[in-house]
Amino acid sequence: MVLGIEDPGVWLAYVLSLVSAALCVIFGIANWNKGEEPVKKEDTDWAKEEKTEVEDAL
Amino acid sequence: MDLISIILVIVYLMVTGYLGYLGYRQTKTAADYLVAGRSAHPVVMALSYGATFISTSAIVGFGGVAANFGMGLLWLTVLNIFVGIFIAFMFLGNPTRRMGHHLDAHTFPELIAKRYDSRLLQVLCALIIFCFMPLYAMAVMVGGAEFMAPIFHISYDSALYIFALIVAAYVIAGGLKGVMLTDALQGGIMLVGMAILLVATYTLMGGVTEAHSALGALKDQVPGSLKAIGHQGWTAMPKFGFAEAGLGPKDGGVAYHMWWILVSTIVMGVGIGVLAQPQLIVRFMTVKSKQSLNRAAAAGGIFILFMTGVAFTVGALSNVYFAQQEQISCQIVDDSALLDPGADGKGKLALVPANASDEIKARAKRFVAFRLPGASDESPLNYVMWTDKTEIARGEGGAPDLLKPRLIAVMRSVGLGTTLQGNTDTLIPAYVRSALPHWFGVLFMLTLLSAAMSTMSSQFHTMGTALGRDVFEQFAHHQHGSKSIHVTRFAIIVGIVVALVLGKYVRGNIIALATAIFMGLCASSFLPLFVFGLFWKRMTKPAAVASLLVGFLTSGFWLLFVNGKTAAGLGLCKAWFGKDNLVPPTWSLTWTVVDPIIVALPLSILTAVVVALATKPMDKAHVDYVFGGPKPPA
Repeated sequence: MVLGIEDPGVWLAYVLSLVSAALCVIFGIANWNKGEEPVKKEDTDWAKEEKTEVEDAL
Repeated sequence: MDLISIILVIVYLMVTGYLGYLGYRQTKTAADYLVAGRSAHPVVMALSYGATFISTSAIVGFGGVAANFGMGLLWLTVLNIFVGIFIAFMFLGNPTRRMGHHLDAHTFPELIAKRYDSRLLQVLCALIIFCFMPLYAMAVMVGGAEFMAPIFHISYDSALYIFALIVAAYVIAGGLKGVMLTDALQGGIMLVGMAILLVATYTLMGGVTEAHSALGALKDQVPGSLKAIGHQGWTAMPKFGFAEAGLGPKDGGVAYHMWWILVSTIVMGVGIGVLAQPQLIVRFMTVKSKQSLNRAAAAGGIFILFMTGVAFTVGALSNVYFAQQEQISCQIVDDSALLDPGADGKGKLALVPANASDEIKARAKRFVAFRLPGASDESPLNYVMWTDKTEIARGEGGAPDLLKPRLIAVMRSVGLGTTLQGNTDTLIPAYVRSALPHWFGVLFMLTLLSAAMSTMSSQFHTMGTALGRDVFEQFAHHQHGSKSIHVTRFAIIVGIVVALVLGKYVRGNIIALATAIFMGLCASSFLPLFVFGLFWKRMTKPAAVASLLVGFLTSGFWLLFVNGKTAAGLGLCKAWFGKDNLVPPTWSLTWTVVDPIIVALPLSILTAVVVALATKPMDKAHVDYVFGGPKPPA
């Protein structure tokens, strides 16, 4: 019995929900400063087109 | 509405309006950040993504399913966080962004078209999105309407129209642009609303362990109809197995139905389906770098935990409240109203007139009809089923009557216009209205309104661009011009109207089903060609086309001719073959509840791999270009 829940099939889901969220937090914080990439011309070109042709059109 | 409620609504509308105005003036959509070479704050990004991901469908629809099926639904939360956030952000997000920017793709069909150099794929993807996304939009709209109706004492239809009007106004006012701060505000409201809901519920039930124990103790009250399909209580997983071939419904042929619905349709269908949601895939392209994704994943995991984790836990726990604590202060109009479920006992309950035949009166069920305080004499009466546990205390000297139904959640939803199975879509609204203070009901409505707005704006954006940019422009052979804008707008209006009409006519236990159908269809059709397209250079155009067609057609066939609920509901199988589904009587009845995704997704993956290996690799220059190389000469 964990947290008042008898069936392991259910308390495992309860615990794993918390663990998955914790995993996201830990992974996010551990990689907080990793993965920075220089902005290329294709990135800004994409953003400009997104703005003019998709967003403004809507 | 009381003063606090009015203040809450006004403050919400003012802040949303102000942020929308700021969004216009300072132009802060995700693309704006990127144009400036900057990144939105990770919390803003995560809230904005989460608000698009989670809608009234998850909270009201799947929360209601949890009230019926129990806490086993939390496996969907595990997948929502682990697959929908962790895997999506860590593994799919950055390659999608890089490929999208490099190929200058702005919609999901466009990304696929440019990856495989195929206009056909662009049009096929866009048509699937345009034709089936209204189903998901309908689920979101119904979720809002089911909540609004009891809170404001209005009919479901009126609530649906009001909700559609608010959505239309939001869309016209520029909601489709996805202003980051507005989305983040909506995500923030959702977070606060759900956090209060969780704390209030556990407090009401005396603590976490106490609440779960009380729910576990209710297992003796599982209705016979649910026991027959494998329900073993709200803190236990349903019975697992595959019924023996040839057994009928009364011989145990349906004994494992609930497990398969819970695991194959709800957990797998939606949990995996989210990876192939076009409106979420496109959001990865608006991110500046992998670093932004890493940072947003931290907040995203917590956000989803507070959305679906809370909705499913509270949904299941609502049984404790309804069965043990609910007291309705009301005016009892009739304590022995008779509602008739029809000759086969499966029809919608209708009021039995005084002059009805003895046969109808004999099969009718006894209900208590009552009116809530504040409801006008014209507003429809509420009904709860009468059992030997029902308690009524008549108020004296003008005091209101007190009604204690003592029913589990799903039985509490049985009333005029529903079948004896009840309507799980109304359970979360009923719980919030009944168990929590009215001001919270209004705050929660803003939570749901926020959840609906952010999701629907991205749905309509996706539907609009699908028809305008991905279909019309491909056939019209001209650049983005005024005509395609008209087509985009037309597509959005059609989307809103179709969602509204569907919502009006298919009410009842529909939110989770419609969402799961759409997500399963997306997964089976798009997931293999999307993921292989990102990571496997050997993947080819014919393989992508074949995988899409096999995934889509298998899902469609399964929904129309095999799945018991959808095949019977859509009626094509009956019209063509004279029976509800094509599963032969000598086969196991469990086949009728196996979700299409279980068959269609593996087939679609297999097709992609086999056809890719059997066909000629794509032109090397094109493949190099797709994976970051220079554009080959035309």
